[in-house]
Amino acid sequence: MAEFRMPSLGADMKKGTLVEWKVQAGDRVKRGDIIAEVETEKGIIEIEVFMDGVVEKFLAEPGDEVPVGEVIAMIRTDEEAGTEPAASAPESAEPPERQKPRPPPPETEKRLKVSPAARKKSAELGLDLTGVHGSGPDGAIRLEDVQTAAAAEEAPKKRPARQTGTETADFQAGMRRAIAKAMSRSNRDIPHYYLETRIDMSRAMKWMGEENQRRSVRDRLLSVVLLLKATALALTEVPALNGFWIEDRHQPSQTVHVGFAIALRQGGLIAPAIHDTDRKTLDELMADVKDLIARTRAGKLKSSEITDATATLTNLGDLGVETSYGLIYPPQVALVSFGRIMDQPWVENAMIGIRPVLSATLSGDHRATDGRTGARFLNALNLYLQEAEKL
Amino acid sequence: MKEPELREIILDALQELAPEADLNQLSPDEDLRKALDIDSFDFLNVLIALHETLGIDIPESDYGKLNTLSGMLGYLSERLHR
Repeated sequence: MAEFRMPSLGADMKKGTLVEWKVQAGDRVKRGDIIAEVETEKGIIEIEVFMDGVVEKFLAEPGDEVPVGEVIAMIRTDEEAGTEPAASAPESAEPPERQKPRPPPPETEKRLKVSPAARKKSAELGLDLTGVHGSGPDGAIRLEDVQTAAAAEEAPKKRPARQTGTETADFQAGMRRAIAKAMSRSNRDIPHYYLETRIDMSRAMKWMGEENQRRSVRDRLLSVVLLLKATALALTEVPALNGFWIEDRHQPSQTVHVGFAIALRQGGLIAPAIHDTDRKTLDELMADVKDLIARTRAGKLKSSEITDATATLTNLGDLGVETSYGLIYPPQVALVSFGRIMDQPWVENAMIGIRPVLSATLSGDHRATDGRTGARFLNALNLYLQEAEKL
Repeated sequence: MKEPELREIILDALQELAPEADLNQLSPDEDLRKALDIDSFDFLNVLIALHETLGIDIPESDYGKLNTLSGMLGYLSERLHR
């Protein structure tokens, strides 16, 4: 039996409010399925399950405010079901969480298979065994089932009642607090170093212009997806910048999920992850970013998008900013900031000309990497952007 | 298509992206991106919406003509009546 806990959706999340279960007890779930919606300071997040199995029971109800790490559901994983085939049969018949403790009819009691330890424990706890799901052979109730059921009965009572409807102002205040915590922590704990470079974007813009000329307005590319892909590929070449600093240790990530900073119209920002950014085509990234912006603003992000980013990209160029020096989102170790692509004087081969120029800044965590690593990253980024047609 | 109708179509597309904006306050020659705080993705979405409603595919080289409400009106009515 696997415990499904309230996930941490950001370094500074302490608790979340369960809004809705999206599955029922007895439902089969697989890794990546949405199991619940949880309200956090980042809006309502769709919580994904990270195992294959069958939902056994819920230990929290909609409206409950649950601390991070507390068990909110029990899931019978497929490995367990495989080793104990007999036990997997009865579970869909009657969802355990629907049953309220009630005086057991005597005939039901007789049919229950209960291990001696479980019977002893249930007597101690005064727990009614009819509602308890047995995970042993033939659905026999074992000690762990009794403990789980007891925890389920106990847990909801301790929690405060749901706070009524979150007003927009409350939500904004909550998000500001979340940003305040994360950024204060970043500024306090992360010794940032900053490296900046100017990138000649004339080849990239020429290529994209020609490409867009062939495309209907629906399928056109925006320069930011070139930046996304080039950033992701440069991170694969300099993997030290892709990952985390956790518990005094540098922990680079094997996968590249670039967090894309999205400003909310009412204020605040979220940087959800674009999964496997390095392996997606520009068209896929374009579709992903459109989808992500719409869902971020509608408050419909998935938990993996909130938690999986391995480095962050921010782009204030649309607002006319030339250069920005951003704070790293802990526990990540790098943030890449892009400014506006502007026509500027540029010298090449002793000739001065006008080129569209982009300023790229890397904020690096000096605990994890040094300036030399950052410089290698910016060089790689530049090279990728000189060959946009290969992105 | 008459100008008031076209104007409504444009305003609808803008309102979709900036639900909180009071478009009555928008002056015809104001820069739309700045006035409505819309980024390049929003702007592209406006063009896609106009494309779907009006059937006009606006080439990227003409984006510069669409920075204001009056610019959009002029450009689109010319394209419609061409």
